[in-house]
Amino acid sequence: MTPHLAILGVGMHPWGKWGRNFVEYGVVAAREALADAGLEWRDVQFVSGGDTVRNGYPGYVAGATFAQALGWQGAQVASSYAACASGVTALATARAQILAGFADVAMVVGADTTPKGFLAPNKGERGDDPDWLRFRLLGATNPTYFALYARRRMELHGATRDDFARVKVKNSRHGSENPYARYRNVVDVGDILHSPIVSDPLSLLDICATSDGAAALIVASTEWADARGYRDYVRIRAVSTVTPSYPSTVIEMPNFATDSAAGRGGMPALGFKDSIAAKAYEESGLGPNDLSCAEVYDLSTALELDWYEQVGLCAPGTAEELLRSGATGIGGRIPVNTSGGLASFGEAVPAQAIAQVCELTWQLRGQAGGRQVEGATTGLSINQGLFGHGSCVIVSR
Amino acid sequence: MSEPRTSKTRVPAIDGWFTMDESAPTLLGTRGVDSGSYFWPPTLAVSANPNTPFEEREPVELSRIGALWSWSTNHYRPPEPYIPNGPDGEFTPYTVCAVELAAEQMVVLGPLATGADPALLRVGMEMELVLGPLFTEGDTEHVIYQWSPRSPRSASASRPEGERSPRSKGKRS
Repeated sequence: MTPHLAILGVGMHPWGKWGRNFVEYGVVAAREALADAGLEWRDVQFVSGGDTVRNGYPGYVAGATFAQALGWQGAQVASSYAACASGVTALATARAQILAGFADVAMVVGADTTPKGFLAPNKGERGDDPDWLRFRLLGATNPTYFALYARRRMELHGATRDDFARVKVKNSRHGSENPYARYRNVVDVGDILHSPIVSDPLSLLDICATSDGAAALIVASTEWADARGYRDYVRIRAVSTVTPSYPSTVIEMPNFATDSAAGRGGMPALGFKDSIAAKAYEESGLGPNDLSCAEVYDLSTALELDWYEQVGLCAPGTAEELLRSGATGIGGRIPVNTSGGLASFGEAVPAQAIAQVCELTWQLRGQAGGRQVEGATTGLSINQGLFGHGSCVIVSR
Repeated sequence: MSEPRTSKTRVPAIDGWFTMDESAPTLLGTRGVDSGSYFWPPTLAVSANPNTPFEEREPVELSRIGALWSWSTNHYRPPEPYIPNGPDGEFTPYTVCAVELAAEQMVVLGPLATGADPALLRVGMEMELVLGPLFTEGDTEHVIYQWSPRSPRSASASRPEGERSPRSKGKRS
């Protein structure tokens, strides 16, 4: 098993559509995380930034951008881009530095300012970029891919639009108790069913918005934390950043086709999304039955159901049953998206995977207020960034 | 299938991805000479077979028929570089299909054939590759490969351009 990492501090800037520079949000999250850890900025030896590609050059070098905004103090730096998985890739980089002994304490930070509407590809005539071509040739927006999976669930597993709506209703209840969430109103099934269809069968309220926001972690080696007198802290038990195993046979953003399963080598033991959690379970020695709560990437309501199966909370094809049983609501057997999820936040790409870890930390410390899972000891967060980025973290206390 | 239009110059919306054979177009892929794996589209970086990452690839035409894996109709105008294909460049809802090719064991995304009714789609139904308009620029029609349902009821797929199914509006909203 991998050595543990100590989470000493977590912090966030509230999600919203604030329209300010992303650096401002990151500084707020960093300040909160430092205060939570009881540390000074000068104590940080390594800064690991999650990049944003929608805010010009400072976004491509986010680690340095935040290091500068907080005041150059000589810390070592890295910046990571892995689409939606950027935050956990930045965490993985910080963890490697610490576990290799190159740093004792690190800051992981991501922030974004997003434009209104669909996430769009970069400008220009770029006929060799699949992300540009999928819009030009197919009009295949992100929700198009979410809808392909949702329709597949309906046809194969008998999911209904009511099931999808119930995911949103649950997450809106959770999010109503989260001061960092952008949407705090509780919705009912009718609200979702009557919202306009975006990509059939998904409606506007089935699909997550894009938001401004920021999240930060202060992580350290357990030796350093113990020597500094930290006790009973939340521990990172596993970080998974796996890529798919060939052939990947589920169509993924931004691709036009899957891999071909016809050639030499046969099928991998696990599909891509199953393999993301499997790696984290293997690294931590823990399994789905050990989890007290989970944060899964609900880019759409239907995708949350897929994740139930892909992280092993239930057998394939039974996610609707698990949802309807109430198991994944607070008070249930395995509450999912206690933060309110992307349904309540909207996505702030490089911050979102870090925000998931913030929520797990609050849950495990018993600091989650009205959305607290009683006696939470172990949590999992998972997401996937386009172009083949897996991202999963397991924490325990 | 779309009717040939003599008044406009028809060009592929992207070079090298499909043939311009009006009656039986095919996708232009490659096959690894050692692995037997298929690769498409040909001009983008797609995953190699990791058992034979440096193998030669030979050109091959992919199956024209497949089974519908899933689909979705979009009701909002996507951002650029999408170009709306309605009359006078207006946005009209359109459907994207994912079709599984049996021999190649791969799923290929493509537009639903112009005029075909998305309300008739079901997972598993046979789909056939056809050509249809993506957008028109002056006298030039940019042509894209499309997926057309093969069932008898799919005769609607040959409806004239511009005559869209009423079901392409939202089902519930």
